[in-house]
Amino acid sequence: MTEVNLGEEIVFWFSGGLAVLGALGLILSRKAVHSALWVALTMINLAVLYITNSAPFLGMVQVVVYTGAVMMLFLFVLMVVGVDSSDSLIETLKGQRLVAIVLAVGLAILLVAGIGAGLTDVVPVGLDEANGVDGGNVQGIARLLFTDYLVAFEVTSALLITAALGAMVLAHRERWLPRASQEELSKARFISTGHPGNLPSSGTYARHNAVDTPALLPDGSPSAQSIPGPLVARGDVRPVDHHEVEQIESLGGGSK
Amino acid sequence: MTGSQFGVFGIDPWWLVLLKVLAIFVMLVLLTLFTIWWERRVVSRMQNRIGPNRVGPFGLLQSLMDGFKLALKEEIIPKAAHLGVYWIAPVISATAAFLAFAVIPFGPTVSIFGVETPLQLTDFPVSVLYVLAIASIGIYGIVLAGWSSGSTYPLLGGLRSSAQMISYEIAMGMSFVAVFLYAGSMSTSEIITAQEPIWFAVILLPSFLIYVTSMVGETNRAPFDLPEAEGELVGGFHTEYSSLKFALFFLAEYINMVTVSALATTLFLGGWLAPWPISLWESANTGWWPLLWWLIKVQIFIFVFIWLRATLPRLRYDQFMKFGWKVLIPASIIWIMIVAAARVLRNDIEFSNRQLLIAGAVVIAVLLIGSWFAQGALDRREAARKLIREEIESRPYDPMAGGFPVPPMPGQQAVLTTRRSNNPVVQQEAIDG
Repeated sequence: MTEVNLGEEIVFWFSGGLAVLGALGLILSRKAVHSALWVALTMINLAVLYITNSAPFLGMVQVVVYTGAVMMLFLFVLMVVGVDSSDSLIETLKGQRLVAIVLAVGLAILLVAGIGAGLTDVVPVGLDEANGVDGGNVQGIARLLFTDYLVAFEVTSALLITAALGAMVLAHRERWLPRASQEELSKARFISTGHPGNLPSSGTYARHNAVDTPALLPDGSPSAQSIPGPLVARGDVRPVDHHEVEQIESLGGGSK
Repeated sequence: MTGSQFGVFGIDPWWLVLLKVLAIFVMLVLLTLFTIWWERRVVSRMQNRIGPNRVGPFGLLQSLMDGFKLALKEEIIPKAAHLGVYWIAPVISATAAFLAFAVIPFGPTVSIFGVETPLQLTDFPVSVLYVLAIASIGIYGIVLAGWSSGSTYPLLGGLRSSAQMISYEIAMGMSFVAVFLYAGSMSTSEIITAQEPIWFAVILLPSFLIYVTSMVGETNRAPFDLPEAEGELVGGFHTEYSSLKFALFFLAEYINMVTVSALATTLFLGGWLAPWPISLWESANTGWWPLLWWLIKVQIFIFVFIWLRATLPRLRYDQFMKFGWKVLIPASIIWIMIVAAARVLRNDIEFSNRQLLIAGAVVIAVLLIGSWFAQGALDRREAARKLIREEIESRPYDPMAGGFPVPPMPGQQAVLTTRRSNNPVVQQEAIDG
């Protein structure tokens, strides 16, 4: 199992390439949301690489955990930065972008050269024992987590619980009054000066039934409540053509 | 992948793998067409209508024809849409829906063109986790569709659905834990063989109920279909989608229904194992028969989905989230604790049945005493409510409460209106002449 077969090689170059593409996309996209999506692509491809490296549990956990994490990132981008935010193209530090690119390429060359040279002729050892000694990959991880590394595992979980509790405490709002029931809310709605129920809908006539056409009250005057506020503010309300109304009424033989 | 225990998987010849992939694909598409028709017929029957009955026998070809029509419709893409993401969102949704079926077992080992092979595309030690992972990728389709449409209602629908699916995935994942503990494995085929004498739905009933509830939330189906609540969000995340892209979302929703039903069947109803009276027949679990039992079980779940949709009104969003976080998740945690404790007591510590029964009796006694106190608290709260209600009812009826006319509360007396003819004084004067 230690020698690399053709299938593994294909998967490596395909997923590895996609992962690098995702990482580049993360840095190069202008929109924060697009960056978050590129991260998701990288994470999923890393998971595929884990699975081909005989770590199916790690791979699956990677997908479950990181898709959730990237989703959170996505939501935070939407909430904090806004739905349509994008980077500005102005450099705050002059020449910073060029220096950053040179340094990044240099680091990449160093890493590839160093690690690549160090790992070309390495033969993986002990993979079958690690995955086989307890009857499988999952069982092996479980035994390690709950025997040799129990303390580290528990400390990590305590840390995570502390973080979750901290978030809850920070976001907690003390309620001074009991929560208003549905009954109380509906009563408050009636007592308030606003309109208690649905506002009247816009006018529906033979020739106009758009939202900019006011409904007519019984006395023939237009109802201000039947028009959305923004339309009124923009002055986009269609005036009632009283002449037309009378004409139509006379056609129907209605008495006025 | 790993050696011995999954020996029957991963050794199929390439043409058999292709055949299985094709069979699963065709089956899922056909099941979708059937489920749409079945849903429309059942809902119609429950609403005293007839439903589609014109195209083909019993109207069976109706959804096929609707599909053709949908695909040939004009596609409208909003100007504000983010094209790349807008295009890929339905693809993610539909692909994820199909992918999850790779690990669902349909039956035992059968012979296909002379090759002995299990009726399952593949299996590996963590295949249930694989289904969870694919489901969480599927959420992306919906969220991205909502975001990339460049429109308000789809965005709200997409956000709702991400919150909903993440919350209900936790309860869903926890309901699996007890199954893993009892089966001793996370692979679907081993979970089924572990249910040979008795189904997990019987011994792990709370897990089963939690899973069934959260699977409805996970698939965005009524009464948990808040991401596409048409009264509030037009169509939710797919408002701005039309033609084939909308058809992909439609397909994904119905395949997801089949997937979660198939997973429920696998984890709790013994998968392809024959149900009790049939299981007495010796060859019930051999050959191609199990495919039939599997299909019947999945169809029962799909019927429940349809039944729920026809019966229950949609939940309010806050009630829905409260139910997920404050009822389902704590209930699953407590149930996992009980299951784990019971397993440890039985397996590691020498406990006799007598001692277990005594422990159970103690727990029940504690619960009874606790419920007595809880009932007392409930009674006091109810009494306080009754007092408030009586106080409200004793108030005089104000027909114009704060400016708007209101009807009397139960127990209140309506007073006569101020209309002159109804005024008792005026009436008296009229009588007196």
